[in-house]
Amino acid sequence: MTVRNLIAVGGRPSTTAPTLSPGGVNDRRSFRWTDLTVYIGFVLVFAFFALTTADKGFLTVQNATSIVTAVTPIALMAFGAVFVLTAGEIDLSIGSVVALSALVTALGLRHFGLVGGVVCGLAIGVGTGLLNGLLIVGLRVPSFLITLGTMQLFSGIAQMSTQLQDVPILNPTYNTLFGSGMVGPVSDAVVWLLAGFVVAQIAYRNLAFGWRVMATGSDRRSARALGINTRRVRVAVMLISSLTAALAGMIYAGEVQGAVYTLGSNDLLTVLAGVVIGGTSLFGGTGSIFGALLGAILMAMIVNGLVLMGATVQQQIVVQGIIIVVAVAVSQRQPAE
Amino acid sequence: MSDAFPQTASAPLLQVSGLGKSFGGLRALDSIDLTIFPGEVVGLVGDNGAGKSTLVRCIAGVYVPDEGEIRVDGMPLGPHGPKRAAELGIEVVHQDLALVMHGDVAQNLYLNREIHSRLPLLRQIGWLDKAAMRAGAREILAQVGMGGLVSVRQRVRDLSGGQRQSIAIGRAVGWSRKIVFLDEPTAALGVRQTKHVLDLIGRLRDRGIVVVLISHNMEQVLTTCDRVVVLRLGRKVADEPISNLDGPTLVSYITGVRQSEP
Ligand SMILES: Nc1ncnc2c1ncn2[C@@H]1O[C@H](COP(=O)(O)OP(=O)(O)O)[C@@H](O)[C@H]1O
Ligand SMILES: [Mg+2]
Repeated sequence: MTVRNLIAVGGRPSTTAPTLSPGGVNDRRSFRWTDLTVYIGFVLVFAFFALTTADKGFLTVQNATSIVTAVTPIALMAFGAVFVLTAGEIDLSIGSVVALSALVTALGLRHFGLVGGVVCGLAIGVGTGLLNGLLIVGLRVPSFLITLGTMQLFSGIAQMSTQLQDVPILNPTYNTLFGSGMVGPVSDAVVWLLAGFVVAQIAYRNLAFGWRVMATGSDRRSARALGINTRRVRVAVMLISSLTAALAGMIYAGEVQGAVYTLGSNDLLTVLAGVVIGGTSLFGGTGSIFGALLGAILMAMIVNGLVLMGATVQQQIVVQGIIIVVAVAVSQRQPAE
Repeated sequence: MSDAFPQTASAPLLQVSGLGKSFGGLRALDSIDLTIFPGEVVGLVGDNGAGKSTLVRCIAGVYVPDEGEIRVDGMPLGPHGPKRAAELGIEVVHQDLALVMHGDVAQNLYLNREIHSRLPLLRQIGWLDKAAMRAGAREILAQVGMGGLVSVRQRVRDLSGGQRQSIAIGRAVGWSRKIVFLDEPTAALGVRQTKHVLDLIGRLRDRGIVVVLISHNMEQVLTTCDRVVVLRLGRKVADEPISNLDGPTLVSYITGVRQSEP
């Protein structure tokens, strides 16, 4: 039904009340300071490392390139996580899907060639995502618990698939396409990052699908009363999440030209931290793809700066933990009881 | 017979027959028969828990009844959900409003009936025409007396209870084609907005749209409706034109002191 029909059946508009011009009320969304979390964090962290590690090369093009390369898999998963969290779900299994897809892609490349390898990797994304989604709606168990289980399940399968051995990838075309090629001065992972961002942003903001995801996570009962198939939406977001994780695994594999079961094992918290700092609610209904991108870059920048400062892995983990606590305290505070 | 109910000359718009719905052991609706004709404004009353909202939710396609049948213009509703009910011309203001709190006003008015881009390729993938929906949303707001009072981009969770109720009413009225169910629509409204809703019912009737009003305000029901249906403990206990009714009689039906149908 078009808007003209709607107004026609609605009959004589504007005769019922004094209608102010559209300027009569503020036609913008209300502003909240917490929306700025990621920008403020970004500026602070950038300024900090610029001042402390400039002499160690933080401000060089080469370093910017290495940050961007590191951020691509994290950002792709962050986009998936925005859909999942907005729909009121969570996906803890993404790190395990990364390892599984990387290994299965590497094996697929060895046995079936380029196309077969890529299909294998994507099939892992589809399979794990459908399994997560169908278990959640079929068993009516929260996604937190289901994916806590499948996280372990997928990780175990990944470790068994090659008896913990790593699998080199000798297919030069694959490696060039997935992270080892260059576009100008930067890794071609950037192409994946930009393509992922555009697709995610459009699906989230401009397609009816994005509205359905939001409605499902905001008020599932209302969404159902309006005829939205909330089960289908919830399966769809789990599928999207797994697909982004599978793609991340394939890009990691292309970058290091091989796969090993530890790929992605530290990514879950990094992704969730980036997404949450970027303004996506852990309680469903709201989120931001652009915020997730900035959040992911912020997390990558922190690791990069700490490495330049000569921090140990343990010190990096401590700092990340502190950042996460501060970020959720600022952006996810609940109203007083 | 046809003297008492002159409407029987025309075909019924809504026909509910033998409707039953249980929740676990609780019999929320028990063999409900209800026939509504074009042009009527029908009151639906009963104590809390009588089954009014459950009946509305069945007719709106939100609940699938355990037994019985619902027909609109002779077409069976079937177990096809709210979208099908809307296609048949049924709009509902649910008692809980069924709003999406994080969504803005325009989004709530157009959810699941979005206006898509006119470009064929974009249309195919569900690309939204947000500008058109915002314009339509402003028209709907004007109809419910909220033109210029709230922005179509305001989030519903930031609105007051009365404003939220007006949004829910606007959604049903803006899209109404045949029947509008109003489940306690004035519960959160002030005097001025309540009057606006009652005026709106009058205008819907003028446009030939049937209104079913659920309310605990007997005076409101008796002055607005042509006919009143009383539910009690999931059963229909009365179904009479208001010429046969007054406040005390209605209350005696509601409380079970009096019963007109076996
Ligand atoms: N989804 C549900 N699950 C279980 N019981 C329900 C549900 N919806 C309604 N009921 C029960 O059905 C009965 C009728 O409820 P309802 O239709 O809301 O009454 P009314 O709208 O007349 O106040 C009540 O006893 C209520 O507790
Ligand atoms: Mg009710």
